[in-house]
Amino acid sequence: MEVTASDLDNLKATELRLGLPGIDAPEKPAPVSPRGSKRALLVSNEECWPGKNKSPEADSGGQEAQPMAKAQVVGWPPIRSYRKNSFKARKEEMEAAGLFVKVSMDGAPYLRKIDLKVYQDYKELKEALDNMFRCFSTGELSGMQGCNGSEYAITYEDKDGDWMLVGDVPWEMFMSSCKRLRIMRRSEATGMPSSP
Amino acid sequence: MTYFPEEVVEHIFDFLSSHRDHNAVSTVCKAWYRVERLSRRSVFVGNCYAVRPERVVARFPGVRSLSVKGKPHFADFNLVPDDWGGFALPWIEAFARGSPGLEELRLKRMVVSDECLELLARFFPNFKVLVLISCEGFSTDGLAAIATHCRVLRELDLQENEVEDRGPRWLSCFPDSCTSLVSLNFACLKGEVNAGALERLVARCPNIRTLRLNCAVSVDSLSKILACAPHLVDLGTGSFTIDHPAEAYHRLINNFTKYKSLKSLSGFWDASPRCLPAVYPICGNLTGLNLSYAPAIQGADLIKLIRLCLKLQRLWVLDCIGDKGLAVVASTCKELQELRVFPSDVCGAGTAAVTEEGLVAISSGCPKLNSLLYFCHQMTNAALVTVAKNCPYFTRFRLCILDPGKPDPVTNQPLDEGFGAIVQSCKDLRRLSLSGLLTDQVFLYIGMYAERLEMLSIAFAGDSDKGMVYVLNGCKNLRKLEIRDSPFGDAALLEDVGKYETMRSLWMSSCYVTLKGCKTLAAKMPRLNVEVINERDESNEMEENPSDLRIVEKMYVYRTVAGPRNDAPDFVWML
Repeated sequence: MEVTASDLDNLKATELRLGLPGIDAPEKPAPVSPRGSKRALLVSNEECWPGKNKSPEADSGGQEAQPMAKAQVVGWPPIRSYRKNSFKARKEEMEAAGLFVKVSMDGAPYLRKIDLKVYQDYKELKEALDNMFRCFSTGELSGMQGCNGSEYAITYEDKDGDWMLVGDVPWEMFMSSCKRLRIMRRSEATGMPSSP
Repeated sequence: MTYFPEEVVEHIFDFLSSHRDHNAVSTVCKAWYRVERLSRRSVFVGNCYAVRPERVVARFPGVRSLSVKGKPHFADFNLVPDDWGGFALPWIEAFARGSPGLEELRLKRMVVSDECLELLARFFPNFKVLVLISCEGFSTDGLAAIATHCRVLRELDLQENEVEDRGPRWLSCFPDSCTSLVSLNFACLKGEVNAGALERLVARCPNIRTLRLNCAVSVDSLSKILACAPHLVDLGTGSFTIDHPAEAYHRLINNFTKYKSLKSLSGFWDASPRCLPAVYPICGNLTGLNLSYAPAIQGADLIKLIRLCLKLQRLWVLDCIGDKGLAVVASTCKELQELRVFPSDVCGAGTAAVTEEGLVAISSGCPKLNSLLYFCHQMTNAALVTVAKNCPYFTRFRLCILDPGKPDPVTNQPLDEGFGAIVQSCKDLRRLSLSGLLTDQVFLYIGMYAERLEMLSIAFAGDSDKGMVYVLNGCKNLRKLEIRDSPFGDAALLEDVGKYETMRSLWMSSCYVTLKGCKTLAAKMPRLNVEVINERDESNEMEENPSDLRIVEKMYVYRTVAGPRNDAPDFVWML
């Protein structure tokens, strides 16, 4: 959201404070952590009165602040701890486990395995693949859109078993649907003539 | 009718099925009271602190089946501190002393220790049925005691309990002579299970109809177990992931095709979609399906499965089913009565998985729908009005918009009109949970229209005391009211103090009620227990004359004939 000149003049906008931006209510002291409670007490519920979060037009960045409020309300959403815990455990397992996929390259005598979670975006992935398979290729690998004139295309097998060109979908979506990678010679890729 | 011999009256009372009818006839006259109390076989105690266990035993010496509930409902969401109370031990001890003929015990939200289970195992020779729901405090050692000593055990049903795992030996404690099991549910146990012992147990219990396994049971084991239990009606699968595809998978497929009687399926922990085709043959018979613990089953796999379930009446899924998936449910499951859609991303900050569209689709495709629990990212008044029109038979309607206090995103209005439409249209509504942006207006509607309402859950709603007063004045059948983070204070609390004696309980947390208000209520109504729960470490403050005007963090009020309880921890003040 745009910050107007008057906002800049208003020191309040730059004031560092606890709580969500745009809330003008006086600071309430956060409660001491509860006795004997297994759960971590997060932000006080009083910060999250709907009355105070109304009129997002008046706030700059008030809307982005909303998800923060959600995550910090104790006992919300109202899901049984049993269910919450079983998902948390699963999630932690998955996060720790990494997302290892096989990478094959046409002509290379062996495959490699990489952890997709280590990379933030396609650029990093491409660099990593370049490094890994440099010894097997003469030039740079490329499979991304907009790259011409290279010998290889980077493809992946998705959840449905189809072979897709890497780079079309958002990174997150790619990560969740990629089952394995194949660095394919362009001459093999249908409809793509090999470049000199 | 008082001229009939007592045996005849007793015989007539045997036909009464509901607790309420029993309670009603017992108040007619002394003779009926006497007959009723001696003939009563089943007692339901909705609040364990409403009456002393000894009194129940004394009044109903012939009781065979006891159900008791402990902690307030909001304990499910961590709003009640751990040591608040709800102990099962006094109940079991009282019955062990006075009524050891007890055969069935059902406990919900109570603290059950291993000692409790050992008492049950040793002092009740005819003990047949144990059902524990959302309980805690026991371990697999306690289960071992039950398995070892309960000779005629028919049902061991553990639902969503926190159980300490002390190893797999408990299952092996069922003696070879135990052949009476009809229902075994240990899905909530986290630990390993002795596969061989389990297979042998199932094999020697010919009457087993319900079997819910935990995530430690492999597909391999599942295959063997299924082979021994051909008449299963309700199955909770184990892990349902396949390590060695071919053999185990084919065995599973073969076994499932035999199961004509299987009506209900759950479990699917860590299920890999590759296993799903194994269950396709029986999908057409299913009336109940619970996939809410299977985040890996999504998209095309999920939809393919749903399309086969033409007779489904009860469906529990995660919101990754999406609005599109719900549209498939709507077009396939015409018999659907109960739907629960749980959030898969518990932080609620992810992609919008289901919205009002999914709910509207369901309502138009499934007119028999009467029970709903729906977690979504947004809801509109228009959608709720449509749902109300399409499904007038709701008895339970629980809507949870993940963002507290969120308005209708299309009109930016509160959701008063939408919920108003629901309560007006659904004349049999017994349970309602509200969410989203709501003003006092919605409570006016609830007070006006929700005549049969028994339980109401309110969070982040309302503008003033008037809201709560509308509800207290209007809902004649209200039994349980639970409120959090809403601007209701002493004036609302004290508006009609007599009302609380007609209700089981009232919970208010993070509202505007003060200590003075609570004390006033307690003083006026001696037959209510008014509990103030203070978790902050304020021992210093307390000594220095606590201000009565201070806002109370959590308050729990309930009617009781047992007086103030003697097992309350320090942070609970009994006023």
